Parts: sequence; structure tokens; C-alpha cells
Amino acid sequence: MRIVKVLSIILITFVLIAGIAIPLAPAPQGLFEFPIIPGLEDKARNIFYHVPIAWTTVLAFLVSMWYGYRYLRTRSIDDDLKSVSSAGLGFMLCILATVTGSLWAKFNWGSFWNWDPRETSIFVLLLIYGAYFALRSALASDEARARLSAVYAIIAGLTVPFFIFVLPRMVAGLHPGAKGDVDGSGPVLEFKMAPNMRVVFFSSLIGFTLFYIWLLTLRIRAARLEHHVADQHS
Amino acid sequence: MSTIARTWALVVKDARSELRTRYAMNALVMFVITSVATILFAMREDQASPELLAGMYWVVVFFSSMSGLSRIFVSEEEKGTALALQLIASPKVVYVGKLLFNCGLTLLLTLAVTVLYLIVFPGFVVASFDIFAVTWLLGSLGLASAATIIAAIIARANTRGTLYPVLSFPVLIPLLMTVMRSTIRALAGESFENAFGEFQVLFSYLLVMTGGSYLLFEHVWKD
Repeated sequence: MRIVKVLSIILITFVLIAGIAIPLAPAPQGLFEFPIIPGLEDKARNIFYHVPIAWTTVLAFLVSMWYGYRYLRTRSIDDDLKSVSSAGLGFMLCILATVTGSLWAKFNWGSFWNWDPRETSIFVLLLIYGAYFALRSALASDEARARLSAVYAIIAGLTVPFFIFVLPRMVAGLHPGAKGDVDGSGPVLEFKMAPNMRVVFFSSLIGFTLFYIWLLTLRIRAARLEHHVADQHS
Repeated sequence: MSTIARTWALVVKDARSELRTRYAMNALVMFVITSVATILFAMREDQASPELLAGMYWVVVFFSSMSGLSRIFVSEEEKGTALALQLIASPKVVYVGKLLFNCGLTLLLTLAVTVLYLIVFPGFVVASFDIFAVTWLLGSLGLASAATIIAAIIARANTRGTLYPVLSFPVLIPLLMTVMRSTIRALAGESFENAFGEFQVLFSYLLVMTGGSYLLFEHVWKD
């Protein structure tokens, strides 16, 4: 676990420094200049933070769903602790992804919120997380809470493909990959990023993923201890 | 008794108990009337566009169904009959029976909202009857399917009334967005082929929701 911790700190520090400090140039020379993308300019740097955070948000939800499914099979409370720990982190990351995206939208598209398909999706994910925790707080027994929230996470997860694959093709949007995009519509984009930006971007992707894993293990340990303490008092 | 006979017996039992108390039906009808009246008060003399009416139609359907569709499981918990049902019937039978009952109720509900809309809103004219009919059918069934499994989940919680729409809304968003789009097409009088994309989404939503609920219901139902 130590390696995860150290690596995530190193990678995120590198991304924070490189993503902000490397200057833009019209004709980039060598490794230490990023190309200027017309219309994006300095705002393009947000891609190093917004996209990896959004990716980790989805990852956290899928992990939460997976442990929910595991709980239904094994009925061991440990799986539920993992599921809820991941959901809590996912909620936090989801808020971060919404805020970074909303700020970017304000300065690039003119308003904080446009109901573009991806914005709708992240809004729904926020609602799902909110509903998930509302449900958990309304159930008294540990067992029912774990069981029903796991089922809800899976049912909510069933709608995810509609948001990722169907909605962006039906409704015109502003994000790349939306209906009417010149580079073709669909969730899989052709990756057109300068090589040095790509290094920073993937460092960030790996860095945030490791950061998530690190926090997840911490939260699971804390949740286990809390559960243990609650057990001893009851 | 065969599985089909058992399921049917459950539907008949729910229908009979509903006809005696008319709890869900009264709630649904009153909710539809009050919400449509509120819309009329808000609009006063203005004529709303078909796009707006198509959206408001499903807003009324969504909130009305949230007031009545949870009854099917909540009443079992309140009357203390859930345990007896667990002993008598297998979870699959219970799920299918409850789903069928809710489908019937939702179809009646959307039919009532449609009739009311046709009467009170001059702008609500169904120009493509075929698109509207398919949207009505697939939309109602999809709504009933998602509403049934969520009702089963919240029946055990202690703040059911508020929790029900909160839990249902995110799950229903893909359905609601799609039925709103195809209702707009129906009101605009587009040809049937134009709405195929929406129908595909509605149909796959119905399949995914019902299939997922069918497999997961056992975990919700049995302690």
C-alpha cells in the first residue's frame, strides 16, 4: 500500500506543477511547451484535472456497485463497508468533477450549466449518490441497510449505459463526442493530444486512480474499526 | 397451483384489496386533478406550446405515480402481511404479480391524465396517434417496472413517503427524457418512423429494468 501512496503523491504533484507551469506556444518546440488549442488556450489545462476526476468518480461508483453485488452473494458485512466507503469517496469526487466542469463551462461555453448530455449524466450521478445515502440513513438494521442499498446501487447502475451510450447520441451537446461533433459521435474519441500533454494527462489519470485506491483503503480500515467499536458497545 | 395461476391469484388479491379500499386509486386521481389544476392556475389565460405540454404531461404522470405506486409493497408492510406472503409464494411470483398490478395501475393513470389533458388544454392535440399510443404503452410499462422495484426497496425504510420520489427520480431520468421527446413528436404530428430511436430506448429500458428487478427482487424481499 505504501507504493500506492508514494506513487500517487509523486504523480499528482508532477501533474499539478507540469500542468500549470508549462507554457503554451503557437509552434511547440521540445517537451516543455504545450500547443495552443484555438478556443481553449490556457483553459485546456483543466483537462488534466477535470477528466481524471470524472473518470475516478465513475470508477468509484462501479467499485461500490461491485461490492454491493458481492455483498448480496456473500452476505458478509465487510463487503458492505467496502461498498459504502467507495460510494462516499465517489460522492466527493463527483462534486469535484461537477465543480471543475462547471467552472470550465462558464469560461468556455458561457454559462455554468447548459444541460449538455454529460452534464445531465453527472447530475444524475450526484442524485444517485444522494439517494443512496438517504436510503441508508432511513434503514435501521445493519443487514437491511447493506442489502437494500446494494440492490439500489445495482438498479441505479443499470441506467448508466443509457447515459454513456444512448443520451449523447440523441441530444446535441457541447462535450467532445456528442451528437453533431465533427470528429464523430460516440463515447470513444480519437485521441488527439500533443505527446507531452498526453504524458501529463495519463500521469494524472493514474495518479488520481491511485489516490482513490489509497483513500479507499484508509476509509475501509476506518469503517471496519467503527463497526468493531459499535459491535462492542451494543 | 401452477406458477401462472399463483401469479394471477396474487394480482386478483391485490386488485380486490385495492377495489375495497381504493387507497392507491383515490390518491392517484386526486393527485392528478390537483396537479393539473395547479398548472392551469399557473398558466391562467396563456396557451402553452405543445413542447411544454408534452413535458408537463410527464411531470404530472411522474409525481402522481410517486403518490400511489408504492402502495403495493407499503400496504403489505403496514398490514403485517408481508411475512405471510413470503411463506406462501416464491419471490419471483410475488415480483411478477406486483409488477403486473402496478402496470395496470400505471396504464390507467396515464390514460386518465391523457383524457384530462385532452379536455383542459386546447394545445394538447395528439396529431400522430400511433406514436402516442406506443409511447403511452412503453412509457407506462417502463415507469411501472422501475417504480415497482423501488417500492419494494423503500417499503422497509422508515421515511417512505419522501424517499420514494428521491430514489425513483434518478433511475427514471432516461425514461422521462425519452418519453418527453417522443410525446413532442406525437403532438407535432411526425411520421411513425421518426420515433423509432425513442422506441428502441424505451423498449431496452423496459427490458433492462424488468430483467434486473426480476433477478434482484429475491434479495429485497427475503430477510
